[in-house]
Amino acid sequence: MKESANGTKQNEWPLWEVFYQPNNGKPFEHAGSVHAPDAEMALQNARDTYSRRNEGINLWVVPSDQIVASTPEDQGPFFDPANDKAYRHPQFYSVPRAAKKRK
Amino acid sequence: MDEQKKLDEFQRRIDNGEKIEPKDWMPDRYRKQLIRMMSQHAHSEVVGMLPEGNWIERAPSLKRKKVLLAKVQDEAGHGLYIYSAVETLGVTRRELVEEYIYGKAKYSSIFNYPTLTYADICAIGWLVDGAAIVNQTMLAKSSYGPYSRSMVRICKEESFHKKQGYEMLAKMANGTPEQKKMAQDAVNRWWWPTLMMFGPPDDESPNSAELIKWGVKSKTNDELRQSFVDRTVMEAKKIGIELPDPDLKYNKETGHWDYGEIPWDEFWEVIRGNGPMNRERIRARRKAYEEGAWVREAASEYARKKKLRDEKAS
Repeated sequence: MKESANGTKQNEWPLWEVFYQPNNGKPFEHAGSVHAPDAEMALQNARDTYSRRNEGINLWVVPSDQIVASTPEDQGPFFDPANDKAYRHPQFYSVPRAAKKRK
Repeated sequence: MDEQKKLDEFQRRIDNGEKIEPKDWMPDRYRKQLIRMMSQHAHSEVVGMLPEGNWIERAPSLKRKKVLLAKVQDEAGHGLYIYSAVETLGVTRRELVEEYIYGKAKYSSIFNYPTLTYADICAIGWLVDGAAIVNQTMLAKSSYGPYSRSMVRICKEESFHKKQGYEMLAKMANGTPEQKKMAQDAVNRWWWPTLMMFGPPDDESPNSAELIKWGVKSKTNDELRQSFVDRTVMEAKKIGIELPDPDLKYNKETGHWDYGEIPWDEFWEVIRGNGPMNRERIRARRKAYEEGAWVREAASEYARKKKLRDEKAS
């Protein structure tokens, strides 16, 4: 516990990342973060902060320190394996002329 | 990469319209400017609950009470969106909040004015939230990703704030002579402080050039102020409200409305802490923070004990 500016002892509630599902069948999106002492309050705070107008029909909260992220500096080498594999895209292949015409 | 190369690459990304994300390299000064500007913005949202909260229990009808409650709750939400975005720059929430409650952090000068009648609630919605929309629509294009995203979220909600104020003011302006007088009086008092919300004139705004260069802002204070004046003049006319500026005149050459001298001495006085409500606002925020401390501690303690219990049980 750290001493705060007015001399009282307080520790800060942990930070949680909030994700919401905008609609049925849609993938979850990141909304922002909230502070909360436990998972239950994190969910309630997330609802009050990020879904006051039904922006989400489902919510996830994840302790922020549990998120593992790639680093922008390594972006090049990290994603490099995808760069030289044009054959993973349909444009790589040519379609026989006869098949093309028949639309 | 040496510092200059990094800086050039950073500027290239900004000029390209790319967004900067929390873990990207950024100049220290960019980070500092963002922390300063975004935390002021967050504090303003939070302190903005006070002048309006003042009227929740005295709202003229249940409908207006519900509307005002929802609006004030939104302001709390807006504060939280922005605090969450500032925290991505490596400052803690507690540092931010305490820098404001016990330190020197600033918030918008507009919230240091009192709300004397319910018509002030109408005028705030129309003018203050209207001005905020002009500013925040620009900030939604800001170069810092988390700030930009929080602004997109806020802008969606802000138009309700403005509309409910404008609707109520229109009703009062077309009501009894007393109601009309109340509405006009509120607009008279809020007009000039609202124009000051955009900040000092361009030639006295030290941070503007840098913020524009880095894509945090894309328009100057005076440009934003002018676009607010232009749209507000029309809205006032439509509901029979006069804006308290005898120099307000359409300028055919520029296509804009010219306005009179803004009382900047008053602005600087309020910034210095001598506005009508500065002391009261800080007192109220300190009281809420300190008297709420036991709640925050109790919740932490409850969470700690529950975790221990759960660990034992498993």
